[in-house]
Amino acid sequence: MHLHKFEKIWLIFGIAMLAVFLGIVGVQAFTQGQTPAGGMKKIDPEKVDVTAPFDDPGVHQIDDDTYEVVIKAMAYGYEPSEIKVPAGKEIIFKVTSKDVIHSFTIPNTKVNMMVVPGQINEKRYTFNEPGTFLILCNEYCGTGHHFMHTEIEVVEE
Amino acid sequence: MILHSERGPLAGRRTSSAVAATASASERKLALWNIGFAYTAFLIGTLCGLIQVFMRNEMIELPAWLDYYQVLTVHGVTLALVYTTFFIYAFLITGMSRSLGSFGPKVARWSWIGFFVAAAGTVWATIEILSGRASVLYTFYAPLKASGWFYVSLALLIIGTWIISFALIAHYVKWRKANPGVLSPLFAFMTISTLAMWIIACLGVVAAVVFMYIPWAFGWVDTINVELSRTLFWFFGHPLVYFWLLPAYMAWYLVVPKLLGTKVFSDSLARLSFLLFILFSIPVGLHHQLTEPGVADFWKFLQVTLTFMVVIPTLMTAFSLFATFEISGRQKGAKGLFGWVGKLPWNDIRFTSLFISMVFFIPGGAGGIINTSFQLNELVHNTLWVVGHFHITVGTPVAMTFMGISFWLIPYLTGRTLTKTTKNLAFVQIISWSVGMLFMSTAQHVLGLLGAPRRTQHSNYSDHPTVLGWFDGFFSNTSTLALGGIILFFSAMLLMVIVFRLWLIEPRSEKGDLYAEFPIAESDASATPRWLENWWIWIGIAVALILLAYTFPITHMIQDAPPGSKGFINW
Repeated sequence: MHLHKFEKIWLIFGIAMLAVFLGIVGVQAFTQGQTPAGGMKKIDPEKVDVTAPFDDPGVHQIDDDTYEVVIKAMAYGYEPSEIKVPAGKEIIFKVTSKDVIHSFTIPNTKVNMMVVPGQINEKRYTFNEPGTFLILCNEYCGTGHHFMHTEIEVVEE
Repeated sequence: MILHSERGPLAGRRTSSAVAATASASERKLALWNIGFAYTAFLIGTLCGLIQVFMRNEMIELPAWLDYYQVLTVHGVTLALVYTTFFIYAFLITGMSRSLGSFGPKVARWSWIGFFVAAAGTVWATIEILSGRASVLYTFYAPLKASGWFYVSLALLIIGTWIISFALIAHYVKWRKANPGVLSPLFAFMTISTLAMWIIACLGVVAAVVFMYIPWAFGWVDTINVELSRTLFWFFGHPLVYFWLLPAYMAWYLVVPKLLGTKVFSDSLARLSFLLFILFSIPVGLHHQLTEPGVADFWKFLQVTLTFMVVIPTLMTAFSLFATFEISGRQKGAKGLFGWVGKLPWNDIRFTSLFISMVFFIPGGAGGIINTSFQLNELVHNTLWVVGHFHITVGTPVAMTFMGISFWLIPYLTGRTLTKTTKNLAFVQIISWSVGMLFMSTAQHVLGLLGAPRRTQHSNYSDHPTVLGWFDGFFSNTSTLALGGIILFFSAMLLMVIVFRLWLIEPRSEKGDLYAEFPIAESDASATPRWLENWWIWIGIAVALILLAYTFPITHMIQDAPPGSKGFINW
């Protein structure tokens, strides 16, 4: 198959760029732990209220620098509805759904998690600045979908 | 085939040319029915789009029997699924008839049956949605549960497209048998590539609908495996976008050089790029599921890597197109590095519409790379950014290419011409679509970065300051989105007028009329290796890649599944 000289240059340049992009994404993901939300833990969607850690939703301190935030999503809200966490500490969000698919999304942060019934989704995130952040659902979950939101308060330690 | 004698000038031209040069009357009728169905869907879908942008700005309220999400579902289904699919079959049927000869009676009969099955499925699904039994959006994610008949109607739509696809494949197989050892014409090769990809891709959604959704929705089983149903959906959902794109690429590869008076840049590279699309469009669906649990990071990243490979045939296509532009310009005496730009036929609406489509695909493709970049996806997933991306990929490059094709395909099929008045209208239509889309999609991209969710009715979220940022500034403003939407609706209505004129009002075409031709450029296949048309090799590699990318994640989802979900009707 004949390739024009310029086309060879164009394709080699393009494929090299591809390798660079993938390399950056891959190194950040697997050596610096910058992976998107995920996790392999599962749960019975009918028994969320009686299964740990969702039998005790809310903010729990794990050690000096780490907090766990356990959230249940349902049409059309989140439990607990009031969440307060410290700035500068690592927060581990753990979310699941009691009914359909939702999302747990905090605009202007990297927290954007699909909430799938039967699965537990996890994301680690550190808020650098205090403030009140909006939490919303960005996956259609029924006629009240656009009402599904709450807030998270990030306070100075 | 019997030629209709009432189309005097056309019939005369057809008898004087080779059999393969024009589509026969039966195929013309079938193609026109497909186009008619497509533009009916276009009319309904764009109206729904207008209602949505008004609602996002709280400018109108819907009557009690209709809600935002029904309008949204109809908008997505009619434009992204129905307009595209039926238009694509009209284009492929006409082109296959023109390049391989008239359909035999069996192929013709099954193509009609396929059309009616797909049309019946579509109408039925629309009734289910509008009657409030299926407010599940067109991704129909479980465990939102529509009526069982909604899923049956979806299955009918897919089966209908399969019937037409297999009829076209049979037409191709017959041609290959009659022409042993010869590479098929490029149009036919590209059609078969597109259909092969479509048939393999649909296996995912058919498996989900037939074995999971239908038994569950009718109550034969109590629960559904949510993560598996999503994964099977996206096995289909990503190649679906290539099913829209590849026919547009066919026009770029084959129609554009003809309009420029030159040949296809490289026959073998054109074929190779289509084969690469078969390989790299299917084992990549997990890049739509990057922010969810139940799939290990390794498999997500593997499919991200495979998704990136699509860049290679895309770059090959871009090179071919710009090489074609430059070669044709230099043949016409262009000088200097960019002199050829001025030699392009800008006053030919068939060319200009396709050129603008390609330009929109540059930011469209770049946005796609961002979306699939693993952790970067978190910034944009399910935000309005994705809606913006969609509108500068399927909403402009694909849709505007189909508009550009309509300007000559409808005259070609009806035996009419495109007069100067209609041509001027077409320029206004294409330019207004571009301007409207520029406003709307830019606003959508920006609002998405500011966190505005997609597929969500307007909400002020208890007046949180984040929401104020969605109404502040020029492009970071929901009103700009609406402005773009209004211009787009104007353009869509203008297109309906143009289609109507080309169908019923314009004068009959004269001999040698450009707009009554199906422009297909010559492609020199003398140096093209034969193995490029050995389908077993390519389908074999495609299957191997699919098994590599999906076996482990899907096995895990089945064997290690959590208890399933019962259905919810949240509307």
